[in-house]
Amino acid sequence: MATLSTDFELPLRSFELRLALEVERAVALVGPSGAGKSSVLRAIAGLVRPSGRIALDDQVWLDEKTFRLPEDRRVGLVFQEYALFPHLTVERNVAFGGKARVGELLERFRISHLAHARPSELSGGERQRVALARALAREPGVLLLDEPLSALDAHTKDAVRLELQELLRTFDLPTMIVTHDYEDAAALAGTVGVLVEGQLRQLGSPAELVSQPSDPFVASFTGANLLRGHVTSVEDGLTGVRLDSGEIVYSTDPALGEVGVVVYPWDVSIGRIHADDSALNLIHGEIGSLSRVGNRVRVRVGPVTAEVTTASAERLELAQGGVAVASFKATGTRLVPLAR
Amino acid sequence: MKRRLPAALAVAAAAVALAFLVLPIAAIFLRVPPGELLHQLTTPVVTDALIVSAKTSAIAQVLIVLFGTPLAYLLASRRFRGHGLLVTLVELPLVLPPAVAGLGLLALFGRAGLLGTSIPFTQTAVVLAVAFVASPLYIRTAIAAFEAVDPNLVAASRTLGAGPVRTFFRVVLPLARGGLAAGEALAFARGLGEFGATIMFAGSLQGVTQTLPLAIYEAFAIDFDTALALGALLVVVSALLLVVLKLVLSWQPSRRTSSFLFARSS
Repeated sequence: MATLSTDFELPLRSFELRLALEVERAVALVGPSGAGKSSVLRAIAGLVRPSGRIALDDQVWLDEKTFRLPEDRRVGLVFQEYALFPHLTVERNVAFGGKARVGELLERFRISHLAHARPSELSGGERQRVALARALAREPGVLLLDEPLSALDAHTKDAVRLELQELLRTFDLPTMIVTHDYEDAAALAGTVGVLVEGQLRQLGSPAELVSQPSDPFVASFTGANLLRGHVTSVEDGLTGVRLDSGEIVYSTDPALGEVGVVVYPWDVSIGRIHADDSALNLIHGEIGSLSRVGNRVRVRVGPVTAEVTTASAERLELAQGGVAVASFKATGTRLVPLAR
Repeated sequence: MKRRLPAALAVAAAAVALAFLVLPIAAIFLRVPPGELLHQLTTPVVTDALIVSAKTSAIAQVLIVLFGTPLAYLLASRRFRGHGLLVTLVELPLVLPPAVAGLGLLALFGRAGLLGTSIPFTQTAVVLAVAFVASPLYIRTAIAAFEAVDPNLVAASRTLGAGPVRTFFRVVLPLARGGLAAGEALAFARGLGEFGATIMFAGSLQGVTQTLPLAIYEAFAIDFDTALALGALLVVVSALLLVVLKLVLSWQPSRRTSSFLFARSS
């Protein structure tokens, strides 16, 4: 497996972007708009010149003496609005990256029937597939995706995210995804970094970021738990999901197959004993971690993280290793399709 | 009744404006019968002027595209100190009185000028005069056409392995093509009508430097019918150019894809 190493600084308009990161599989950088996310990708692609070092394995793309031009790096960059060439057909867009595997790529991305269409005739999802095929035709050593889902409407977004997950798993390339949407980041990458004003605030698995955010900003930004599982029942408007950790939870969202149950930490209550209220979903478990965020505490119980006030954490005498019950309403959850 | 008055006034004003613009052109064709116009077109004065105009215009336009395109692309794609000043300098001949343009060309290329050449009053002088007054129209339009190309498409081309030259010819040029053609049509029309700078810098020698507008000026003192015939010829050529320009401007890539779709699905 190849490794992309970056350790660079780039002055932007109101702050300096710094990024020291080793990328082996998929890493998602998440942050508010204007945090410098796109600049990270532009720097790796060679479209801007930072100072520092960028290398793919032992192939140096940037250091004090070296600056490889974009055409001399092996980068597959998928632009936010896809940047397909409007004057070329789908087939010729893909062939622009490299002629050797055009037929195979059109086949693989299910766009063979669109080979002679122009980008203006395609839907958002189709454009993304063309952009990915074109980037891969380049035979890249690194794949960079800039806000891959933001150009899509909410309706197609779920389907395309699922498709993208499946594809990313087969690529086997160091991949960097930037997005402003934490849920997309958590769904697409095993490692998520939070980028704020050009600085990497925290890097970790999605679950770590939710349960142990390094600061209040990360806590507010990382948002929801994403609990993986599969749908086992659909009855009376309730969808039952068996989580990978074994528990069954219910959601009012309709879904089938593999899903992620999305629930926000502040919608999860914590009790020491089984409280029988209208909350339908109960998760018993050991307290995995306690993490203070401002005047609140993030408590991880089994797979789910709750956010409670410092006062109630003290009242409940919550401690790591102790036992607690996390509860949340079926109406407080959303289901997103996931790839297995 | 009162409320209709402003509308009536507006219609009357519009009618006057329209008549004012259309009637002088119509008069050229109405004053002399069409048969006589055609006959006049075969006189040596007219054919000589036609040949001089066609030859000098063609050479001048080739030079404008050859030298103007790289200048326009650099001005569109690079940002540097004095960029705005440079663009303004390029645009200056556009607003300069043609007589001043002619004077400037003489001051540079004249025998006693800065470069001290024997160009004045030759066909080369006609080409230079036309290029000087017409090229800013092309360059200005070409800058706008290049600036309209999405920089992300250029960046995409680079990351896909194409160097700057390949990117220019395969991405930038095809996308800017419509704008470049429109600019060239404007420059061609402006060059064809060039009068002031040409008469000062190149004179009006029949068969050498006498272009169509100069021939009209010389003819109308002697033979008004010949002048009218020449005028009619220029009206027809100008109208054709205008139609071409409008076609080029409406034939943008987005339209092309939709018409392509139509043709394919039919």
